Amino acid sequence: MPQNLDATYTLTELLACVASHLLEDQRTVFVGTGLPMIAAMLAQRTHAPNIVIIFEAGGVGPQPPVLPISVGDSRTFYKAVAASSMHDVMSAAQAGYIDFGFLGAAAIDMYGNLNTTVIGDWTQPVVRLPGSGGANDVGSFCWRTLIVMRNQSKKTFKKRLDFITTPGWRVGNNSRNQVGLPADCGPYRVISQLGVYGFDQKNRRMTILSLHPGVTLSEIQDNTEFELIQPVNIPATKPPTPEEQCLLHEIDPEGLVLGR
Amino acid sequence: MPDSIEILARGQGELLGWHDPDDNRAWVRENKPRGLIDKRMSVHQAVAKFIHDGNYLAMGGFGHIRVAMSLVYEIIRQRKRDLVIAAKTAVHDIDLLIGAGCVSKVECAYAFGHELRGLSPAGRRAVESGQVKVVAEISNGGYQWRFLAGMMGIPFIPSRNMMGSDTFAKSSAVQIRDPWSGKPVNLLPAAYPDVALFHVPRCDRFGNAQIDGILIEDFELARAARRVLITTEEIIPEDDIRRHPDRTVIPFYVVDAVCEVPFGAHPTLMPYRYFFDEAHIQKWLQLSKTREGTQAYFQKYVFGVADFEDYLEIIGGVRILNHLKRIELLQSDMVDALTPQGSDHATES
Repeated sequence: MPQNLDATYTLTELLACVASHLLEDQRTVFVGTGLPMIAAMLAQRTHAPNIVIIFEAGGVGPQPPVLPISVGDSRTFYKAVAASSMHDVMSAAQAGYIDFGFLGAAAIDMYGNLNTTVIGDWTQPVVRLPGSGGANDVGSFCWRTLIVMRNQSKKTFKKRLDFITTPGWRVGNNSRNQVGLPADCGPYRVISQLGVYGFDQKNRRMTILSLHPGVTLSEIQDNTEFELIQPVNIPATKPPTPEEQCLLHEIDPEGLVLGR
Repeated sequence: MPDSIEILARGQGELLGWHDPDDNRAWVRENKPRGLIDKRMSVHQAVAKFIHDGNYLAMGGFGHIRVAMSLVYEIIRQRKRDLVIAAKTAVHDIDLLIGAGCVSKVECAYAFGHELRGLSPAGRRAVESGQVKVVAEISNGGYQWRFLAGMMGIPFIPSRNMMGSDTFAKSSAVQIRDPWSGKPVNLLPAAYPDVALFHVPRCDRFGNAQIDGILIEDFELARAARRVLITTEEIIPEDDIRRHPDRTVIPFYVVDAVCEVPFGAHPTLMPYRYFFDEAHIQKWLQLSKTREGTQAYFQKYVFGVADFEDYLEIIGGVRILNHLKRIELLQSDMVDALTPQGSDHATES
C-alpha cells in the first residue's frame, strides 16, 4: 500500500469503490464473494440501483441485506428474481446475457491471462491453488471482465504464467478470437493496490489508466515484471467518499472483507 | 460444410467416469428399478451397500452449502479408500475426505480451498506431497455440462469455455472445428459418477426429493450418476409429493437410498434451515494444519462417535443447532456465528 498520509480510507475500501465505479446501471454482473460482492452491492446502493448481481451457483438478482460468505449461501438469492442453477447461469453467460464478470488471481500477465491453478509444475506443484472454479467460464463468456489483484508485485504481475487457468487476450492482437472464444469480450480493467489498468485496443497489452493517490510511476513499474504501456497523462484514482465508506460498512458490518 | 470433422486439439487430462452411451443405457436397464420401492435405510447401510473403494464420487450442493455431511463422515468411518472425486467445486466435503486418507485422485474445477476462508491445509498438503493426484482440470461450467451430457445419455456436449487455456490442455476435453460456424469448439465428454450424494430438505420413502433455494448442479448430477444416495431433513408422505409435483427436483427412479438425517448438512449451510457452523469449520481449518490435529479431529468427531446423532450432541447439540437456525432465518446477527457458545464451541480450537 502506498504511503497515504491522510489515511482516511483503507486499501480494501479504495479497491471496492474503484470496482464499483466501473459497473453500470441496468447491467448484469457475475460476482464471487469477497471484494467483488461488496463492490456490486455498493453500486446497487449508489449509481446502479438496477444492477443485476448473478452468482454461479444459481442466485440471480438478489438484494442481500448483508454480505454473503459463500457464492452459494442463502444471501445470494435473498429477495432475488430467481434461485436457479449453475446450468441456467452459465448458459446465460455463454449466450451473451452477462455484461461484467469479476475475477481475482494469484498471477496475471500483460494480456490479462490469469493463474489460479498452480505455482510451479502442474504434476509436482510448489503451491496447489484451488483451480478454475467458475473463473474460466466468467473470463471466457462475460462481455467485460474486471480483475482485482490486491498484491501487485513482480511475483504476481508476471512475464510468464506457470499455468493459464483463465484466458485473457492470450498473446495479444486477435489471438483470443482465433481459439474459438466468444467474440468481442475479454479483460476490461485490472485494479491493484497501486493503480488501475486497461488493455490497448489493438495489441491488447496492459496499459496504465490511473495511479492511486500517493503512488508513483516508478513504484508501479518496480512492481511489474513486464513492461506496461504508459500514456503521457495519467490521472489519479478517485478516492472513496465518506458516504461510500459508510455504505461499505453497512454492507459488511462484521468486516469479513473490509477487515482484511 | 466439410466432409469430415477436424480434431484441433486434445486435452491431456485423464478421462473419468465416461461410458459408451449404450453401455450406460444397458446398465440403467439392469440396475435401476422403475417400481416404487421403499428405499429407506440407515446412513451406515447406504454407504456400506453403495460406496466401494475406487469409486468415482460426486457431492451435491456446493462445497459448504447443503452437503450430505452425514454420508461424508460415514465414508470416513467405514475407511473407504482410493476414491476419485469430482471436484465440481468441492470444499469442506473433499477436504475431510482427503484429510482422512480416502481419496487418491481428483478432477479439479475447484478444490483445496475454502472460498473466503482461505486455502485448505489438508488438501494442499496432500497434493503437494503427491498423496493425492490431480488427474484433470476443468471449470465449474465445464463439469456441470459433463453431467448434463451424462443426464442426456449423449457421449459429449459442445461448449465455448476452456478454449485457449491450460485448463483445457489438462482436461479430458477435445476441440474440433464446428461444421456449421467453422470456428473451434470444445467437446466435453459425458460424466457418469459411480455415486452421487445429496442432502435435501424433503423426500418421500421412494426417493422423490424436493430442494429449496438454488439447485446448483443437483438436477443434472442426480440424473447422470449411476448410484444416488439421498439424506433428507425429513421423510414426507407420498401424498405431499403428489400434491406439489412441480416441486420434485430428483425423481424416485434415479434414487438408490433414502436416509432421514435431521441437520444432515452440518457444519455446512442448509438454505432456509440452518447457517454454517463457522466455529466448527474454523476448528477443522485450525486442526488440519498438522497431521496430528487432523487425526485428532477424526478421532473425536468420526471414530469417537457411533453415528451422526452422537456427533450432533458433541458439536453442541440442540443449543447450537437452534442458534444456527436463528442466524439462517435472519433472526440473529451473522456475527453470532463466530462467537463461541455451547460445549464444542467453548472448548479447544
